[in-house]
Amino acid sequence: MMDLRKAKACILRVGGTNCDAEVKAALEDLGLRSDILHMDWLEKGKLSEYQLLVFPGGFSYGDYVRAGAVWGKKVLTKMRRDLERFVEEGRLVMGICNGFQVLVEAGMLPGDEGAFSPTPKAVLANNSSARYECRWVFLRGEGSHTPFARRAGKGEILRVPIGHGEGRFLAESDKAVQDLIRSNRVVFRYAKPSGEPAEGTYPFNPNGSVYDIAAICNRAGNVMGMMPHPERAFFGWQTIGYGNSQGYGDGRKIFEGIVDHIRSL
Amino acid sequence: MREGLLRRVSEDPPVAAVDLREAEDPDLLEISSGMGLALSLDEMRAIKEEFGRPLTDVELQTFGQTWSEHCIHKTFRGAVETDSGTVESLLKTYIAKATKDLAKPWCFSVFEDNAGLIDFDKGHVIAAKVETHNHPSAIEPFGGAATGVGGVIRDILGVWGEPIAVSDVLCFGPLDIKYSELAPGIKHPRYIYKGVVAGVGSYGNNMGIPNVNGAVLFDRNYTGNVVVYCGCFGILPKDKYVRQTKEGDLAVLVGGRTGRDGIHGVTFASTDLPEDSEGLRSAVQIPNPLVEERLRRAVIRIRDGCMASGITDLGGGGISCATGEMASRSGLGLTVELDGVKLKETGMAPWEIWVSESQERMLLSIPPKNLDRVACIFDGEDLEWCVLGKFNNTKRLRATYKGVTVCDLGLDFLYNPPKLKRRAKKVETISRPLSLEEPDDLPSEILGLLADPNVRSREGVVRTYDHEVRGCTVVKPVQGQSGSHNDAAVIKPLKDSWMGAVISCGINPFYPDPYWMAACSLEEALRNNIAVGGRRVAILDNFVWGNPEKEDRMWSLLRACEACYDFAKAFGTPFISGKDSLYNESPMGPVRPTLLITGVGIIPDVRKAVTSDLKAAGDPVYLLGTTKEEVCGSAYLRSKGIEGGEWPRVDPAVSRRIMEALTAAIDSGIVAACHDLSDGGLGVAAAEMVIGSDPGLGMSLDLGRGIILTGRDDYALFSESAGRFLVEVKAGHEGDFEAAFTGLPARRIGEVQKEGALRITGLRGKEHILERAELARAWRGG
Repeated sequence: MMDLRKAKACILRVGGTNCDAEVKAALEDLGLRSDILHMDWLEKGKLSEYQLLVFPGGFSYGDYVRAGAVWGKKVLTKMRRDLERFVEEGRLVMGICNGFQVLVEAGMLPGDEGAFSPTPKAVLANNSSARYECRWVFLRGEGSHTPFARRAGKGEILRVPIGHGEGRFLAESDKAVQDLIRSNRVVFRYAKPSGEPAEGTYPFNPNGSVYDIAAICNRAGNVMGMMPHPERAFFGWQTIGYGNSQGYGDGRKIFEGIVDHIRSL
Repeated sequence: MREGLLRRVSEDPPVAAVDLREAEDPDLLEISSGMGLALSLDEMRAIKEEFGRPLTDVELQTFGQTWSEHCIHKTFRGAVETDSGTVESLLKTYIAKATKDLAKPWCFSVFEDNAGLIDFDKGHVIAAKVETHNHPSAIEPFGGAATGVGGVIRDILGVWGEPIAVSDVLCFGPLDIKYSELAPGIKHPRYIYKGVVAGVGSYGNNMGIPNVNGAVLFDRNYTGNVVVYCGCFGILPKDKYVRQTKEGDLAVLVGGRTGRDGIHGVTFASTDLPEDSEGLRSAVQIPNPLVEERLRRAVIRIRDGCMASGITDLGGGGISCATGEMASRSGLGLTVELDGVKLKETGMAPWEIWVSESQERMLLSIPPKNLDRVACIFDGEDLEWCVLGKFNNTKRLRATYKGVTVCDLGLDFLYNPPKLKRRAKKVETISRPLSLEEPDDLPSEILGLLADPNVRSREGVVRTYDHEVRGCTVVKPVQGQSGSHNDAAVIKPLKDSWMGAVISCGINPFYPDPYWMAACSLEEALRNNIAVGGRRVAILDNFVWGNPEKEDRMWSLLRACEACYDFAKAFGTPFISGKDSLYNESPMGPVRPTLLITGVGIIPDVRKAVTSDLKAAGDPVYLLGTTKEEVCGSAYLRSKGIEGGEWPRVDPAVSRRIMEALTAAIDSGIVAACHDLSDGGLGVAAAEMVIGSDPGLGMSLDLGRGIILTGRDDYALFSESAGRFLVEVKAGHEGDFEAAFTGLPARRIGEVQKEGALRITGLRGKEHILERAELARAWRGG
């Protein structure tokens, strides 16, 4: 059992990252100390101090080319070896929104071939509405065996907001989607208020993602990317009009899963 | 320009000089227009008299920038002559006077710095600023609007504020106007609309600052004069507000490179928009929010490390105005070496470097001992920077380039321009008789009004702005799955405090009388703030008017300012910052006088904030405030293309008491939902509440007898009388609520019902039912 006070999270940022502070606020509320570090100044070997690495949301490097593409490539040149080790040791990596796009562009997700695939195997394409969308969605837990879903199991409904222009998850092929489903790596799907999958219906599926995919993880379950922002639905007061204004919001469950996992190490 | 007036005095760098001593009045005017200075004859004469030597182009440009309407607000600071006497200054007599008279101890800094500052919680202050970017947006909508947002964010950084929210209010021509109706040089409103909305969204989203409040208006009058207001709100620890640049401190320029974009932005904002405005594209800056995002991080780190002695942003007038202002306000002088300035292109003349308004730049004054630490932060955030010079005690603004002195001006003269005198001629606004048959089919009137461009859902705009980033947004601009609107936004900026900042706005340019138009805008900004639980509201004024050199425009401006004073005083709400944009005239005529009032309030505990969606069937619903036959300029009459009747007026004594009682009710936890009545009146407010909720609403106009002072259903539903709210009270608390409103106009007119519909019983007992689906379809545009 690991003493949570001895654990630490690393929240990475580069130019254009802008959701780092709220992720830190969420993690620290659960007692997990968090450092926000600029990737350019990350020392070799430094990662080994951390149990969790977060790629937060934002518009890294202006999201030129494709959202997350530049940061994705920079991750490979700057920290590939350290990160490979980090993932292989089973430590947790989380990508939120732009961070999810980065994990896909770096080849870390869907994560079929070790820590990095040689080329990206999926994409977060332009929303089918062809515009940026900020709205609250319903997520349905799919029972994936990842620490990130420990507190949000199969059928559980979470209300969290999204905010992105490029969030339509597309895999290489139908077969690749089927493989994700079969291997239980679809972590969350967009759902209707009733809890049924959105089945592509707008605005419940806000971006046109295939199979209503909102979050996926790698085979080992320790690398997870999601388009919605759980850190924006962490405290009850963030959910006024969209949940219970007292206590905590549904997004907290994802962070609780992380903390449970670290404690169990 | 006449031969011999302009002489080249240096080839490298290219510098020209003008000898004003030999210049006659026509020459002075020619110099002013030929060099793009936009200075008047009086101002040119004053410069001529002051100097016994030729002036360089850099120096003349400095006057053009510093003395521009945009930078120094000469109309608001100048005198206004009327037939009944002279007003010494609109700012001092009205706007700032209200603040001074009210003497609120929680006003920390007003009308002084880049933004107004008011007390918040735990030793922090809230900074607020609203700007306009109309001319740039008319020419290059995306860039103009984006740099409007970027500029106002820098105003907040310029008072050491961490930006926590932005807002935008936009006025466009009708999107379906025919091309044949556009004057030459005017771009189609649809093109402008798309560009402006994308520009506002792009800058805020990229910077990670939530856009939480605003409005979108449409009117033929805005076809030639698009209006783009951009606001920004920030927070800072009070003790980190440093503004004491000292002799020996270094002037450090940081951020984006300086280029030929945004040359003469301020002088171009200080004149009418000409037909061939496309040629002025170079006056519009190019946005790069990524640089400003890094700039924000650096500024906040320097602030928290107490490494600087002063800061200001580079906006209008570029380096010339930022350095001059910082030296002037500190009683110091400065010699700027332009050689170090990082440029976007080669071959720029010194005057171009001096006045360029390229974006994403800040000026800091740094004690020399801290320079290394500051440099380390800039380098760490990948920002380019340079030392421009060292502050001295000369009270002169000098500039050198490649060893040549290109500017040497005394700051006392530069910052004391000749006081302007304008004339205002009384124009009475007369209310004309109204003739309109009462319509039979109320439901179709309601549906028609919901689909009106000025009433319908703003979701298509609002959802393209991230309103949740930073994770501090409590009450959001849109509410629920169908995206109904809340009246104001609530932000929780501090981790260890439950206090929220409440941001609202009021704008009513369609009421024809300038005095009551201003009064209604001010009251609406307050009302919106109160509706979600705000109080202790400070306000900001933004005037968008036509050419102030014309006497009728000056009259309406004067009347609006009078209302600002009267109602700020009556409501006890001080102005803390403001900005005017004059000369909004195009080949299609002057802009409709448009005053935006922005409200910044507080709520002690954000968990008590109130949203507009109906909560529980069986809850009683109350109408607060008096409904009169005030329909002139209303959405109802405008949608029919009819003028006439009475326009809304404000009764500040009653309105203020209603607001105070409502605040007390919200604090006691008995208010379940609240919505203010504005465009479209009671009918639209009730429909919006139903659209955004699971349950529905049943109400009977007859129950409003005594406070609904009309015999007509359409007026009862669509009058836009000020000071009104529709409130859902938690069942079982009727007694407490009614007791709080004893002696005030308040009636229980209905209740929340299970079925998702709006049921209205008319004054003569006729019942109308509108299903939520059909309301939503009309409002959301199918």
